[in-house]
Amino acid sequence: MMPVNAPVLEFRGVTKAFGEREVLHGIDLAIAEHEAVAVIGASGSGKSTMLRCADLLEEIDDGDILLDGEVITDPSVDAVAVRRRLGLVFQAYNLFPHLTVLENVVLGSWRGHGVPRDEAESAARAQLERLGLGGRENDHPDRLSGGQQQRVALARAFSARPRAMLLDEVTSALDPELVGEVLASVRTLRDEGVTMLIATHEMSFAREVADRVGYLHEGRLVEIGPPEQLLAEPREPETQRFLRRLLEAGRA
Amino acid sequence: MDPRAEPARDRRAERAAARRARTLRGAAIAAISSVVVLGGIAVLIVTSPGWPDVRDTFFNVDVFRESFPAVLDAFWLDVRVFLIVEVCVLVLALGVALLRTSNAPAMFPLRLLATVYADVFRGIPVILLVYLVGFGIPALDIDGLPSEPVVLGGIALTLSYTAYVSEVYRAGLRSVHRGQRDAALAIGLTESQATRHVILPQAVRRVGPPLLNDFIALQKDVALIAIIGVAGEAFRVAQIQAASDFNYTPLIAAALLYLAVTVPLARLLDRWDFERAR
Repeated sequence: MMPVNAPVLEFRGVTKAFGEREVLHGIDLAIAEHEAVAVIGASGSGKSTMLRCADLLEEIDDGDILLDGEVITDPSVDAVAVRRRLGLVFQAYNLFPHLTVLENVVLGSWRGHGVPRDEAESAARAQLERLGLGGRENDHPDRLSGGQQQRVALARAFSARPRAMLLDEVTSALDPELVGEVLASVRTLRDEGVTMLIATHEMSFAREVADRVGYLHEGRLVEIGPPEQLLAEPREPETQRFLRRLLEAGRA
Repeated sequence: MDPRAEPARDRRAERAAARRARTLRGAAIAAISSVVVLGGIAVLIVTSPGWPDVRDTFFNVDVFRESFPAVLDAFWLDVRVFLIVEVCVLVLALGVALLRTSNAPAMFPLRLLATVYADVFRGIPVILLVYLVGFGIPALDIDGLPSEPVVLGGIALTLSYTAYVSEVYRAGLRSVHRGQRDAALAIGLTESQATRHVILPQAVRRVGPPLLNDFIALQKDVALIAIIGVAGEAFRVAQIQAASDFNYTPLIAAALLYLAVTVPLARLLDRWDFERAR
């Protein structure tokens, strides 16, 4: 039996290098059910790599990643089955341009999960409606604003009710006035208790959505804590420096 | 009344007039230079010492009228060969391209074969390939292999064009952004589902115009099967008719028929490219 409050997603000493360059260095992190953890850090600090490793799009070199207590980073594990239990959203949306909005959301649950098409469609319609995209089902992604496209990507990743959502810099490609609508959609999912791991450098995002915020610096998780503590009174000098720089750049 | 409104209206009219004048001047220059260049070429040809002979042997109206039905009849064979070869090429080339872009270790020997095939068959002139297949395969004397020249000619064309078209497909497959495959895998598709539902549809859409371009070339190259003795092929029929009385007008008739297919295809291609560019 699995303990009731076993973490949904857990990193244990995860290390990953691209060639000579070590991107993740002994990452330890456990995310509980219904919890949202944001990881902040400069670009190149390894945030995206963490999420891509969890979704098995990259292979880790050392350590383990566990989903519901089961090691998913063993070579013997079926990567496709693992990915079906996670929902990854990309910075650049990566919507399928040849499909309509509805088809984008339906494809995974229909072809991947084997849900009957009409069932997948009505679920997708309801999801799009809730994220404020009702009426855009038959448009192609290039007819949508960046904010709308990213919300479609959220609906697509959530369509098969994943155990956890992995959000990779979902607001970084957006004009400032479009960030709000994407945040609102993420909050909608949060209110349903969806477990989340969020990579971001948007401080307001981390503050509003996350239960805990971790600071990633050169592949190490330097410190982690509640947003009000970490963002206001960070303990580690690296975190303090990072936040000061953000403040000076007017991004906080 | 705003005193500044008056001059603004004047300038608008001035600019419109200048634009009209520019358009008119452009059209006039284009017309004059066309007449000078095309007329010059026409005059050069028509006043050449050999023109009366050329006119009688290549552009003889009576011979044209007499030979056209037979050439047109033969042209249907060309069209049929073209259509069958085109369908085979579209399917086979896709297979070769998918093999070459896959990275499954089990596929390695097939991938190697596909690479060698594409390199070799793109390197051999089509006319040579028609000869080699047309005379080589029957010479093997193996039961069950086709011996009909038209079938052998079709096979040679298919071999050559499949190699070209597989490269067109491959370029299309490689042009689809890496993020598309990532997204397809992330929503829980397998590698082959990702190719089938996400990568391939985008790749094929992108390579439409270059594919059509290769088919214009194929339509003309069907005439090459005449050299291995395919009876009833348009070029062959025109050649025979021309040889009977040393009048080459039937060849012009055949040329016009090829143009009747390739020019509309070329226009279609231009239109397609134009629409995509918008």
